[in-house]
Amino acid sequence: MSSLQNVFNISSSAMSAQSQRLNTVASNLANVDSATSSSGQPYKSKQVIFEATPVGTSGHQGVKVNKVIEDQTPARMVHDPANPLADKDGMVAMPNVNATQEMVNMISTSRSYQNNVETMNAAKTMLQRTLTIGQN
Amino acid sequence: MDKLDALFDFNATALRVRAQRQEILAANIANADTPNYKARDIDFAASLKKALEANVASAANNSAVSSNGNMSLTTTHGQHIPGGNGLSEADLLYRPLIQGSVDGNSVDGEVERTAFVDNAIHYEANITMLNAQIKDMTTALNSGN
Repeated sequence: MSSLQNVFNISSSAMSAQSQRLNTVASNLANVDSATSSSGQPYKSKQVIFEATPVGTSGHQGVKVNKVIEDQTPARMVHDPANPLADKDGMVAMPNVNATQEMVNMISTSRSYQNNVETMNAAKTMLQRTLTIGQN
Repeated sequence: MDKLDALFDFNATALRVRAQRQEILAANIANADTPNYKARDIDFAASLKKALEANVASAANNSAVSSNGNMSLTTTHGQHIPGGNGLSEADLLYRPLIQGSVDGNSVDGEVERTAFVDNAIHYEANITMLNAQIKDMTTALNSGN
């Protein structure tokens, strides 16, 4: 396979990894106030771990999501005695989602995704030009 | 290598090396957020020189292993086209670090984007040159008609 066609594989692996990262950001932001979940525990912030992985025939590195981890930082304690989940001191354990960090993550993801789309477009233009060799 | 092959050899090889470099740069951009990924690149001039020398060598002796030690297709006949991509792991260099990052990633987005666009323009220039050569040859072949 030609090198330029492999650019598509590399960029698309990065795009799918980045969209998976955007998924976790969405999930984290959506659950910023979920004090309980199916396990009875407050929601734990999720983060993806990227890993470089060879794609295509040339062995150049694309990206894949190695694993999704749960952030182990302690829960945010909020004073809310009216909440049925409150302990004897009136404190409720809220998710450890850091909204600021998630917003930054979101912007970074979107920029990286955009970069890869541009990369793919450039490779497409180059391939199209290649097909016109000798046509004039 | 016949004369027509020799004429197009330079630009064709340059295009191939450019395309390979484009792939390496795409991999760098793709891995901009991967922890511990180190940005790679090739020395274009050196790689092109090596690829051209390998072309001449394989045309001369049709050997299975070309002069730079890369594996290529065995050519058992003078008319066979040698394969192999011509780039080995040793050609892939690491980009010098300008500013380190906490996750050990050495990709600098701006540097990679610039190199990527620069490489794309050179690729297009190469195609233009190749087209001009083809035009020259066509004109020469049609002269007298």
